[in-house]
Amino acid sequence: MSAIVEVDQLTRTFGEVTAVDHVSFTVQEGEIFGFLGPNGAGKSTTIQILATLLPPTSGTARLAGFDVRKHAVEVRRQIGIVFQDPSLDSRLTAEENLRFHARLYGVPADVYRRRSEELLAMMGLADRRRSLVATFSGGMKRRLEIARGLLHHPRVLFLDEPTVGLDPQTRAAIWDYVKRLRDETGVTIFMTTHYLDEAEHCDRIAIIDHGRVVALDTPAALKRGLGGDVIYLRGPDLAGLAARLKQEFGLDAEVADGRLVIRTADAASLAPRILAGVGTGVESLEIKQPTLDDVFLSLTGRAIRDEEASPTDSVRAHARMWRNRR
Amino acid sequence: MTNGLNAMYTIWLREIWRFVRERERIVGMVGQPLLYLLIIGKGISATMGIRGAPAGVDYVTFMYPGIVGMSILFTSIFSAVSVIWDREFGFLKEVLVAPVPRWAVALGKALGGATVTTLQTVILLVLAPFAGIRLTVGGVVEMLALAFLLSLALTSFGLAVASRMTSMQGFQMFMNFLIMPLFFLSGAMFPLTDRVPAWMRALMHVDPLTYGVDALRHALYTGPVLEVMRAAQLVRFDLWTDIAVLAGLSLALSAIGTAAFSRAS
Repeated sequence: MSAIVEVDQLTRTFGEVTAVDHVSFTVQEGEIFGFLGPNGAGKSTTIQILATLLPPTSGTARLAGFDVRKHAVEVRRQIGIVFQDPSLDSRLTAEENLRFHARLYGVPADVYRRRSEELLAMMGLADRRRSLVATFSGGMKRRLEIARGLLHHPRVLFLDEPTVGLDPQTRAAIWDYVKRLRDETGVTIFMTTHYLDEAEHCDRIAIIDHGRVVALDTPAALKRGLGGDVIYLRGPDLAGLAARLKQEFGLDAEVADGRLVIRTADAASLAPRILAGVGTGVESLEIKQPTLDDVFLSLTGRAIRDEEASPTDSVRAHARMWRNRR
Repeated sequence: MTNGLNAMYTIWLREIWRFVRERERIVGMVGQPLLYLLIIGKGISATMGIRGAPAGVDYVTFMYPGIVGMSILFTSIFSAVSVIWDREFGFLKEVLVAPVPRWAVALGKALGGATVTTLQTVILLVLAPFAGIRLTVGGVVEMLALAFLLSLALTSFGLAVASRMTSMQGFQMFMNFLIMPLFFLSGAMFPLTDRVPAWMRALMHVDPLTYGVDALRHALYTGPVLEVMRAAQLVRFDLWTDIAVLAGLSLALSAIGTAAFSRAS
């Protein structure tokens, strides 16, 4: 594997606000790389810089070896992008949207025919190719956008919050599509999300907060970094239980909230041994594995939560209503 | 360059796809001129005449080329302003992130708008009999060429304005304070004669649409009608003067529109 996205000390300021603050990371070819952070953390700004839509204030970003500032057109050829907000022409059919894209990217007609058929089938839209996009559901639009983003064989596909605003079932379906895509085409996927459960699907994630990357690793390693799993034991004599655990397993257990807390790298294999050894003194045993939520909390001191729709979203929704009335 | 031309063609093609799809828009764009001709035109010609006009010159005959000009004006501006919708609904991003030069996007849009406007003008020809105008092949070809030229200038102008506009609210102001005066002062509804007050005559001379409407009169009036109209100053300028003004304007405005769009996005 080789690096396909190389970002070094990337910074972008808007007036007084530093949206992206000396960010450095690399993405390997074929990876599903996730950018995890709350709204306003700088995720979309970073994607816009990588997609050459926004120049960086300082620092460099290279895509497939091309500098985003000096070789913008080359970079654009190498990438596909699905924006946070829909960017389809809803007055055209699915097929016309794809054909427009193919023409714009100079995809030859025969390649376009083969590829669009393939992608529409993969995204489960083959039977709706001649329907107006205006009649599509949110999930279908998203899938069409993913298909469109891949039409010109990009090496990196950017997905900016690809599942935001979709129902859980559709979100899960989109993820199935994305994983299949990577497995079947080998395209590198760079995505942002503020859903912690989704970040678990990524090969590696960068946790971003206030424009800074505060951690970057595999989801498993990030969780291990918290000191692994926790086992809670309850029983009549916690102090005695702690002493026996120390004696038999060399474990340091502490009493907190009326239960015994044991930190371990691998609770799944330790729990049966504890029960076999000191089982008589245990009334209940509970295992808690850390989530990315815990990771985020321990790194930033805050929990990620889904925020209300931003003012722009509601303006757009309003404009859409107005337009549909005409 | 090939890349740019290909992109231009693609942007142009989308305008055509959308035009073919939006039939209700076509109905609206033909309905409005029909109302003007039928109600205002017939109403005025029944009760008032153009002062100094020779016998046999009907007001509706005078008005028809002006109404065609009006339709070209509104269609062109609406075409250009659709970039605001494209921005609002995100589609513009799809275009801006593509590996194509900005000038190609702007020119494709302007040419697409001009083509759509010209196609719509063809539809307006069905109203010619209402105005007592006999169409000739030469006249129609001439008119369509002029319509394209005028529309290219107006679409580019709209694009320059729309590039700086982020909302539809700004568009209302633009319509009321710029587009409507352009129309009123163009000689579409009343002729630019020496009887018009001097200050207004001056404004009418700087209104580019005046030359567009005048050129359309050259194209649509043929034979003896043209002679009569010209003698009565209802066709005001020389055709080549009109064409020179329109061509110069198209060139200048498409350059300005392209530059404004490229800078803004």
